[in-house]
Amino acid sequence: MPDPPSPALLSAAGVVKRFGHVQALRGAAFDAYAGEVVALIGDNGAGKSTLVKVLSGALRPDAGSMTLGGEPLDLRDPLDAQRLGIETVYQDLALAYDLDAAANLHLGRETLRRPPLGWLGMLDKDAMRAGAVEAFRSLRITLPDVTVPVRSLSGGQRQCVAVARAVAWATRVVFMDEPTAALGVVQRRQVLDVIRRVRDRGVAVVLISHNLPEVLAVADRVEVLRLGRRVARYASADASVKDLVRAMTGAVTTEDPP
Amino acid sequence: MTRPSVADIEPVGPAGQRGRLARLARTNVVWTLGVLVGLAAVFAALRPEAFAGPFNIRTIFINAAIPVVLAVGMTFVIITGGIDLSVGSVLVFSGVVAAKVMAANGAADADWTVIALGSVAGVAAGTGWGLVNGLLVTKGRIPPLIATLGTLGMALGLAQVATDGSDLGAPRRLTDVVGNHLIARQLPVLALVAAAVAVVFGWLLAATRFGRHTYAVGSNPEAARRVGIRVDRHLIRVYALSGLLAGVAGVLNLAKFSSTTIASHTEDNLSAIAGAVLGGTSLFGGSGTIAGTVVGVLIPVVVNDGLIILGVQQFWLFVAVGAVLVVAVFFDQLRRRLRDRD
Repeated sequence: MPDPPSPALLSAAGVVKRFGHVQALRGAAFDAYAGEVVALIGDNGAGKSTLVKVLSGALRPDAGSMTLGGEPLDLRDPLDAQRLGIETVYQDLALAYDLDAAANLHLGRETLRRPPLGWLGMLDKDAMRAGAVEAFRSLRITLPDVTVPVRSLSGGQRQCVAVARAVAWATRVVFMDEPTAALGVVQRRQVLDVIRRVRDRGVAVVLISHNLPEVLAVADRVEVLRLGRRVARYASADASVKDLVRAMTGAVTTEDPP
Repeated sequence: MTRPSVADIEPVGPAGQRGRLARLARTNVVWTLGVLVGLAAVFAALRPEAFAGPFNIRTIFINAAIPVVLAVGMTFVIITGGIDLSVGSVLVFSGVVAAKVMAANGAADADWTVIALGSVAGVAAGTGWGLVNGLLVTKGRIPPLIATLGTLGMALGLAQVATDGSDLGAPRRLTDVVGNHLIARQLPVLALVAAAVAVVFGWLLAATRFGRHTYAVGSNPEAARRVGIRVDRHLIRVYALSGLLAGVAGVLNLAKFSSTTIASHTEDNLSAIAGAVLGGTSLFGGSGTIAGTVVGVLIPVVVNDGLIILGVQQFWLFVAVGAVLVVAVFFDQLRRRLRDRD
């Protein structure tokens, strides 16, 4: 496994998380570098979701240390993470389906008119619409209309809206949980293209996926979790689906011995 | 995200002028307005001089004024996916509080300071009930239907306890200037107040962050929470807003009838809910407009007025409103099922 040249943008070590008697993470480590797509894979119950929740501020770890850009990282909630430029695309997308794409992109971070109307909370809808159009264009996402409710968009388009929202605000790290799970072939390719474009902006993209061929196709690196611990790291170019399966099932362990 | 200047953005085809027209045609308001105009045209054709004269048109707007104020608050609540059954009782309670304050300081001859004081007390009382509703729904985790059914009973009961069940009167000045006055001999003050409420709160819903978050909370509360919207706090504010407007309606009611009319508001929640739903607000939350609600309130008022002029027994109105409400919700549900199938 080649050593990446620069220090990791987001790094975690020795992360422990218990739920009652169940130990979901037992000293897990994880690294993500700026401008790469890193896939986080593992069998069901390996601790992927728990680790992502810890790294995105949704859960507080029982032990372990995290750094972002070399600085110690202590996240109290997901909003903390968002303030630091860490965004998450949830599997359920978390969109307000009755609002349009532009409104969803700015939800919770609305642009207000200049004072005095801004003091009354009046929205600057034109600026937000323009911002949304620009955000979609820069990712080459084509929507029929940014002003129709998200509900009337296709599954792939909704996924793109969720991704675009995360990416619009993520300056450093984006977590994407199974972003292509429910999509058809064409839509899947569209989302994967978007993921590559996000990486090209210098953001670290963390992809959680069960689809190993897809992981090898889109990710630059792969980190494998097993039983709450990192067991292997691969550069995608040097790994096969077989390697990944062997690491996931415990046939090989290349690092972090218990 | 850096905000691009508008000049950098090419207009993307459908979002331009055509999009605006398409958006308008998609809204229910246009269709509901068509129904209203159609009904008015039928009555006007049957009884031109009685129905379409200035006196009757004024009567329609005066009769719609208080239901509009209640239905505006109801629209906010329903958009969050909730319901407020307590509005009629809160109206009565607020009217009683206002009348008590005014009665204690000059009664029928009370001056404007007293009237203002009493009105503020009434509106504050309404807001208080709204806060109670909001706290029960959010912190108490009681379904809105039950929480507001409970406060419906409590507010009305307490109003009756406070008055021994007999109505209180209102100061003459309030009745003369707010209740019955016509500006320039044409424009009823009550209707102007209701119009102002509709415009201000319509703006709040359509153009501000508060309104945007109201839609978001009703559309997907979990999504709202994840982007940092404080959902419970927002819901409490929305129920408080509904209570506040019920308080305003209570003062207007006192001005209109010169009485607290304790026994006459059992169907107010029905007419407010029906107004919102007829105007396109979905009982499932996430969508609705104040413009639609105003039209939705006017429809039963016009039908009622027309039936009276035609000499039909007006008790049929409740049958009609109830039936139309059920049918409107049925079609809303059908529409949602069809849309969500893909």
